[in-house]
Amino acid sequence: MHSTLSFSQATTVPTTNYAFHSQSPINLRFCGLRREAFGISILTRSSSGRVRLSTRGRSKRTSASTGNNGTPPKSFDYDLIIIGAGVGGHGAALHAVEKGLKTAIIEGDVVGGTCVNRGCVPSKALLAVSGRMRELQSEHHMKALGLQVSAAGYDRQGVADHANNLASKIRSNLTNSMKALGVDILTGFGTIVGPQKVKYGKVGFTDNVVTAKDIIIATGSVPFVPKGIEVDGKTVITSDHALKLEFVPDWIAIVGSGYIGLEFSDVYTALGSEVTFIEALDQLMPGFDPEISKLAQRVLINPRKIDYHTGVFATKITPARDGKPVIVELTDAKTKEHKDTLEVDAALIATGRAPFTYGLGLENINVVTQRGFVPVDERMRVIDANGNLVPHLYCIGDANGKMMLAHAASAQGISVVEQVTGRDHVLNHLSVPAACFTHPEISMVGLTEPQAREKAEKEGFEISVAKTSFKANTKALAENEGEGLAKLIYRPDNGEILGVHIFGLHAADLIHEASNAVALGTRIQDIRFAVHAHPTLSEVLDELFKSAKVEREALEALKVG
Amino acid sequence: MQTQLGSAVFPRLLRRSLSYIPSILYSLHSLLNLFHFFRFLSNSSPQSQKHKEMASPFLSNTIISFSSSLSSSSSLPRLAPSIPFSAIRSKSTPRRILTVRSKIREIFMPALSSTMTEGKIVSWVKSEGDVLSKGESVVVVESDKADMDVETFYDGILAAIVVGEGETALVGAAIGVLAETEDEIAEAKAKAASKSGASTPSAPPPAPTPAAASTPAPPKSTPAPAAPTVAEGPTKTVATPYAKKLAKQHKVDIESVVGTGPYGRITPEDIEAAAGLSPSKKNVGLAVVVETKHAAPAKAPAASAAPSSLPPPVPGSTVVPFTTMQSAVSKNMVESLSVPTFRVGYPVTTDALDALYEKVKPKGVTMTALLAKAAAMALAQHPVVNSSCKDGKSFTYNSNINIAVAVAINGGLITPVLQDADKLDLYLLSQKWKELVEKARAKQLQPQEYNSGTFTLSNLGMFGVDRFDAILPPGQGAIMAVGASKPTVVADAEGFFSVKNKMLVNVTADHRIIYGADLAAFLQTFSKIVENAESLTL
Repeated sequence: MHSTLSFSQATTVPTTNYAFHSQSPINLRFCGLRREAFGISILTRSSSGRVRLSTRGRSKRTSASTGNNGTPPKSFDYDLIIIGAGVGGHGAALHAVEKGLKTAIIEGDVVGGTCVNRGCVPSKALLAVSGRMRELQSEHHMKALGLQVSAAGYDRQGVADHANNLASKIRSNLTNSMKALGVDILTGFGTIVGPQKVKYGKVGFTDNVVTAKDIIIATGSVPFVPKGIEVDGKTVITSDHALKLEFVPDWIAIVGSGYIGLEFSDVYTALGSEVTFIEALDQLMPGFDPEISKLAQRVLINPRKIDYHTGVFATKITPARDGKPVIVELTDAKTKEHKDTLEVDAALIATGRAPFTYGLGLENINVVTQRGFVPVDERMRVIDANGNLVPHLYCIGDANGKMMLAHAASAQGISVVEQVTGRDHVLNHLSVPAACFTHPEISMVGLTEPQAREKAEKEGFEISVAKTSFKANTKALAENEGEGLAKLIYRPDNGEILGVHIFGLHAADLIHEASNAVALGTRIQDIRFAVHAHPTLSEVLDELFKSAKVEREALEALKVG
Repeated sequence: MQTQLGSAVFPRLLRRSLSYIPSILYSLHSLLNLFHFFRFLSNSSPQSQKHKEMASPFLSNTIISFSSSLSSSSSLPRLAPSIPFSAIRSKSTPRRILTVRSKIREIFMPALSSTMTEGKIVSWVKSEGDVLSKGESVVVVESDKADMDVETFYDGILAAIVVGEGETALVGAAIGVLAETEDEIAEAKAKAASKSGASTPSAPPPAPTPAAASTPAPPKSTPAPAAPTVAEGPTKTVATPYAKKLAKQHKVDIESVVGTGPYGRITPEDIEAAAGLSPSKKNVGLAVVVETKHAAPAKAPAASAAPSSLPPPVPGSTVVPFTTMQSAVSKNMVESLSVPTFRVGYPVTTDALDALYEKVKPKGVTMTALLAKAAAMALAQHPVVNSSCKDGKSFTYNSNINIAVAVAINGGLITPVLQDADKLDLYLLSQKWKELVEKARAKQLQPQEYNSGTFTLSNLGMFGVDRFDAILPPGQGAIMAVGASKPTVVADAEGFFSVKNKMLVNVTADHRIIYGADLAAFLQTFSKIVENAESLTL
């Protein structure tokens, strides 16, 4: 599950999808914010009448449901089977064991899924290198610290090995943690053959059929490659190939300026490449809060060896061959006319990710995917072609497309396990933080300012924005990294946090104070009294909460309450 | 932060300030000139930029700016006709246009306060040739707190950018030109060009013409022609992102630059060369490669001439771009032209060496190791030949004697380095050399294994070459070219003829630090060592 919130070329792939259904009278754990659920849903499926909350409690206990395809077995091999051992499946498995469920996990490839093997994990290794390279190459920065460094260089294979070693290490950690807890790891591709029944096996071998009381689909996603682009794995590549760092091109075009594209631009420019962004939307970094993306552009794009074309599709990309470079045909996104042709040394396709749900046997239980995504309700319960819930079947992570982030998948998995063990739970996606590990980092939780304004207008409340700068933070200045901004979007009438966006040193680590506050429903008037160690970067958020102006009534209410 | 102010505001404010501060506005024309003068200065040398900043302490820290595109039709009549700058402003808009409505508008550096004297352009949101619609952000102007988007109040096409990104312009100065239709772009461009053309420093008395002359290639100050995105057709210019950035920064007309990068693309180095800058050091990738082949002398001048003018290619010829290694060679060769070199040749009798070679060959000792060892031992006695001149002002004596040896490698050339060749014995040296060659073929040499040389050895003797001439690699003091050892008839002091094996060695050295006598003495020592080859095994 590579972090992908942006969509550039692949407008067909909903990468940001907070599709979230708000009728849920049961769960009051997430006071306040769960009610703020909203949909900037690209999937325009309606939520009405599909979720039958009233029947839910019962159907959970009865094992014999009215399956329309065969009769479900009376006793089961497992309490829970998870198809896909990525970060989502792993999180669910661990939690299931903790809850006393007999659990199996089916994996057709390697344990760890995209995130560990071809996503967040190896990319962090590359970014760790790029961050240091960038620092060592910045004469100005070094001089300001009084350091002298002679020519910094790198060994490509060494860098690639670091990324690969990290992935193997995390993969074995993941495998061991599941084995140690007694999770059965079943090898092969899992296919649902009927209600509560899954077969798995490797190609060319006989299939095994296992039954389980509940099944979680967690098959994740693969890089999305738009039509007309020929990926050869050498000069025209996806993130899968790029993470192996088999070569560092002099000049690389990156199609898509979302998380993946941005992170790779950070890696490649630090290693000496020049980068050309190709973005289908009119501005770079479309998934971010506009103010953050503007600042990020000034820091991460403009001063680096990067140029960009916005409002264009890369309609045709031909790999380098016959002594010719990689050729990228650009077409205007609006007029559909040919606009330009680029000749570059390599092209990275970072246009988002497509769900990997083919061959899952969904047709056996009358489920129709929507552009590959498995339709689910807010509790990750799978919805069939008639709009009914499929009993005992859940789908988490990239495969449902709600929020394509590794930790979101894991949180969804945990939420499902909570439900199947008798405790209702709805994950508040607005409390799920996201981060982009550029230098400096970008992180966020909740709504962007335009989203918050739209919601405020619709629901008739006021919003305010508070900002603090890293320039005023002692620790940031000590590190000579004062560039950065933290931004809080909140309701001045009751102190509710609607969104927090950070661009600056270690932003990805800083966001959790805000995301936890959102998850727990903590209000500004409460959190502003929390104490932060001095001098730390966390004081940026401290300042942020303190600078927010909550109306007197809310503060009075606090005293009384 | 978006500031949207009615177009009317700007002219009004301007007019107000005009009347309040007549001294500033006695001639906006001259202010413009002044601005161009500054720009000119800052182009000439980096220091002048500093001077400029120091010289204007009133440079506002609180620049509040706003934008406007000023329609000449609406503003001109109100500006008194006696104001001289109207001459420029309305050059192409005769009086009748006051009623016709001019279609070419200028975008001005906006100001709100009377203290703001100039503003810095952070970035142009739009590029030349972009179609603008009313209310769209066109340019970002910097104040210390935040950058402000400046919007256009007219539909039109951004015909020309007069003041580029990162530059500053005086308040009221035209920073861009807006044409209403495509047909007027040319006219608008001409107008913009005339603006820049009129920038020859006439108003400030100390016209810095000499300063300009001293820069190798005066940067062109004409606005860049139409954005490359508009360009189409078969002869498209391909420039890398950084090359484009540099071209903009240094005002290099990218169309006039000949690309030397892969597939003929324009690289940042090409722009730097065109702008007359010394190439910025690039630490990534292959750094030092040396060329000693015969073809080299011909190649170097050709490469240096490339940016200026190239003869048209002969029909039917194929262009094969350099590989990274070849580019590095090319770059080093051109760089070597800046060093004053001279050459001294010396015949060396090699009978003793040949005999020794026959003896130690079964133990894995190569001729390369023998020669490297001999050179290293000679260098130990003549440290000046092992020194280098880094800054043109001093000797840098190297504490180690590291012999780089040129090796041809498919389509390229690399110089693995035998470190401390004077200290290692012959056998270790041979072993080391074998490892280095294997690594070089596998492209696994670490940077210090090919760029730490203090003296280079190039041997073409195995081809039967009797003498040749090597090019001094940058950063070293001397390079030795070794020819083949051949039986030669020699006469000794008593007049007796005999046949001895002789080889010619020819050393190229940096005459700033190594003089003729130094080299001659070094060669004499070298010759003695070779003639008493047994000492090499000690």
